[in-house]
Amino acid sequence: MSNEGIGARVLRKEDKRFITGAGRYTDDMVLPRTGYAAFVRSPHAHARIKGIDASAALAMPGVDAVLDGNQLVGDGIGNIICGWMIHSKDGSPMKMGAWRALEPEVVRFVGQAVAVVVADTLKQARDAAEAVVVDYEELPAVVDSLDALKEGAPQLHPEAENNLIFDWEIGDEAATNDAFSKAAHITRMDIDNNRLVPNPMEPRSALASYDRAEEHYTLYTTSQNPHVARLVLSAFYNVAPEHKLRVIAPDVGGGFGSKIYIYPEEIVCLWASKRVGRPVKWTSDRTEAFLTDAHGRDHHSTAELALDADHKIIGFRVNTVANLGAYMSLFSSSVPTYLYATLLSGQYDIPAIYANVKAVYTNTTPVDAYRGAGRPEATYLVERMMETAARELNLSPAEFRRKNFVRQFPHQTPVIMCYDAGDYDASLDAAMKAIDYEGFPARRAQSEAQGKLRGIGMSCYIEACGIAPSKAVGSLGAGVGLWESAEVRVNPVGTVEVLTGSHSHGQGHETTFAQLIAERFGLPTDNVSIVHGDTDKVQFGMGTYGSRSGAVGMSAIVKALDKVEAKAKKIAAHLMEASEGDITIEDGEVKVVGTDKKLSFTEVALAAYTGHNLPEGMEPGLKEGAFYDPTNFTFPAGTHICEVEVDPDTGKVTVVGFVAADDFGKIINPMIVEGQVHGGLTQGIGQALLENASYDEDGQLLSASYMDYTMPRADDVPSYVVETTETICPGNPLGMKGCGEAGAIGAPPAVINAVTDAIGTNNMQMPASPARVWMALQSAGLKQAAE
Amino acid sequence: MTTVTMTVNGKTVSGEVEDRTLLVEFIRENLELTGTHVGCDTSQCGVCVIHMDGKAIKSCTTLAVQASGSQITTIEGLATGDELHPVQKAFKEHHGLQCGFCTPGMVMAAVDMINRLGPNLDEATIRHELEGNLCRCTGYHNIVKAIKAAADEMAALPQAAE
Repeated sequence: MSNEGIGARVLRKEDKRFITGAGRYTDDMVLPRTGYAAFVRSPHAHARIKGIDASAALAMPGVDAVLDGNQLVGDGIGNIICGWMIHSKDGSPMKMGAWRALEPEVVRFVGQAVAVVVADTLKQARDAAEAVVVDYEELPAVVDSLDALKEGAPQLHPEAENNLIFDWEIGDEAATNDAFSKAAHITRMDIDNNRLVPNPMEPRSALASYDRAEEHYTLYTTSQNPHVARLVLSAFYNVAPEHKLRVIAPDVGGGFGSKIYIYPEEIVCLWASKRVGRPVKWTSDRTEAFLTDAHGRDHHSTAELALDADHKIIGFRVNTVANLGAYMSLFSSSVPTYLYATLLSGQYDIPAIYANVKAVYTNTTPVDAYRGAGRPEATYLVERMMETAARELNLSPAEFRRKNFVRQFPHQTPVIMCYDAGDYDASLDAAMKAIDYEGFPARRAQSEAQGKLRGIGMSCYIEACGIAPSKAVGSLGAGVGLWESAEVRVNPVGTVEVLTGSHSHGQGHETTFAQLIAERFGLPTDNVSIVHGDTDKVQFGMGTYGSRSGAVGMSAIVKALDKVEAKAKKIAAHLMEASEGDITIEDGEVKVVGTDKKLSFTEVALAAYTGHNLPEGMEPGLKEGAFYDPTNFTFPAGTHICEVEVDPDTGKVTVVGFVAADDFGKIINPMIVEGQVHGGLTQGIGQALLENASYDEDGQLLSASYMDYTMPRADDVPSYVVETTETICPGNPLGMKGCGEAGAIGAPPAVINAVTDAIGTNNMQMPASPARVWMALQSAGLKQAAE
Repeated sequence: MTTVTMTVNGKTVSGEVEDRTLLVEFIRENLELTGTHVGCDTSQCGVCVIHMDGKAIKSCTTLAVQASGSQITTIEGLATGDELHPVQKAFKEHHGLQCGFCTPGMVMAAVDMINRLGPNLDEATIRHELEGNLCRCTGYHNIVKAIKAAADEMAALPQAAE
């Protein structure tokens, strides 16, 4: 058995290039004669474009072209689409407003592109972009989703009356209402989920070139899913047919969802590269990233939880208004519906659930999937409600949760999902032990002695990952199938290349995927290379998001490996005159069981390619492909416990302890999984304490730089304790569940439950900034004084 | 246009630049050393950190002309041949990087931190000293571990490795 197989903490193969400065990101790419693009963007949240005067810009040095939306539409470039159809409860389809890559008529959010300048240098392009004069007629704007639904609100799209995109429901309303009529206790809360900006450290970038002779485009871009990018660019945006378009996503510096989508800038760079007859490059600056990368979250919800006299949950009723921003981004409709409301059962056995979700247009940046995508919103709602109910009834938060845990599997929830496996007591126990839950009162007393307030809070989350069974998501409105593909190529010298449709932008696929080959054949991971991110090299793929690369992407590799192994065994059996069933492959050798007969893996590979002596009728070569379509979602779950200390004089919250106990099923590389958890937790703590995309009433994004948007820094977060428990996922060959989003899903309610525990008042929205916490303490003090 | 001359990773280089050219632009575009990155426009994120005359600076808020005559080390110049700097090694050994985009700036800031403060660094000091470097992937946990490990290793060396 190789020591680099499943479960080994193999150091990352990809690291050397990154620690030596040899990574190759899109902005590092250089093509001869490249022109640089600078976009002219709307300074208004809502305005009619009365005219664009580019004459001054065109006369400036180095300027090749100034292109606008009328030219783009005239050239037949298609509108940007949302690829997931949601129907309202009355059966009507969602209302998709027209989104053009360059807007010719009405701009609907600050930062929307209206024109592009292409020049010899970036400085020339930016100078010229400032000289483009756009005549705007300002229109009233609306930024909050609740305001957008009010009568008389500014209207964004003629297609969407009252700015309502859809009014969707899930669950059994009558049964849920019935449960509430019998409830012994009802907990009610208004809960917001704050808007976030994903902020991968590498800003988006695109470098497009057009080969006039071949009528062929190449696009280097910061994508989590280059094949989907090509598909959409081809099928909907009419840039070029797929065989005339190559999309390459080289090293990509983080995504967190924001690099799933095909944005206006990539479309425009491709289109412009043909128009101006030279490669066109654009790299977002950070302000552009804040204004144009798809944002995340932004829900207003009211929730009600019905309990019987024995504290068992008998019903859960939720009303949510989701702000989708000014346009419907690629997956935007699925996030507050099937990725959100289907998880409202949490880890609990709830017989009746009903949720109503209204999705709304506002004059803000479009909102789409950001790490967790819907599941953090569901978990935050469920776990704030659980904590609050426990407090109202003076129950132990842990015991109240335990009382309601699902313990029989499979478990069909009232909101579509069927949980396949889990042990929620195990992760709760592990987390409570790791944080020394019993020792908390002593620690609280110690903090009190120092004039500080200490609190502890937990969250028992569940998520659905490994998206997703194609047929199932198709029936729910998805425009694509969500399988994955892989090809395993054994070279004649016995080294292995794995071509995968998954895309690594920090997840370490070059290492973990190679560990599968180490596990299967006992080959060192150094003999394996992982090929991804190039539509010319890889057969096809759906990309990386929704914690799917393990459960779906690696399952495809396993399927291909099964075929390779079977063929290698046939060849070896033939060569060694043994029965195929007696052949095993281990430690890089192909052996006949119970004998000393063996061949090296290389000898078998070479035999496959020489073709000199193969079984009768066998094709030469040792290369197999597979498509894997999952049979179900996977259901990672766990308990996160946060301990905070609050300075009552300043309202500053310090996270003094954080434990995550997660069940991810089978783990390939614990080191990498722990790293995923650390990063997710930090984004979750960021949401709970620091981050907020803050708009003023005119639709200006006030937090559009790192001066204003509080990114978590090293001294904002603690070192983490990460534990894992394991129940095997029965739905895929490796038993994996996925780990990429858990931290961002579980952390926010744990933090807010801890903060509210510390300050003794339950009313707190995210982020729990020093100002908010201080205000809460003051008003609680005033209230107490008044009593 | 102004001619700038400086020593970068031990080699003397010069180039004609507009006066407004940032040092990071000179490094990335003129010298084609693309290990130094740009991640923001407000000097907050630190992915552009390099060493100028032995001190960590943000090359996105330094003009190329200000660096004329100086000694510059970028991430590409940190290793000695194939021998990685202890900080580079520690980042790999402790999984202190994921997407790799912040890594060059993190490594250069960490080397400077150890050079400046000596190798006896505690966790709180390391976290505080990293306030000028953002990472969105790792949650800093393993970066802090890596810097501590590298500092410990460098303490055992006869002299700091840069």
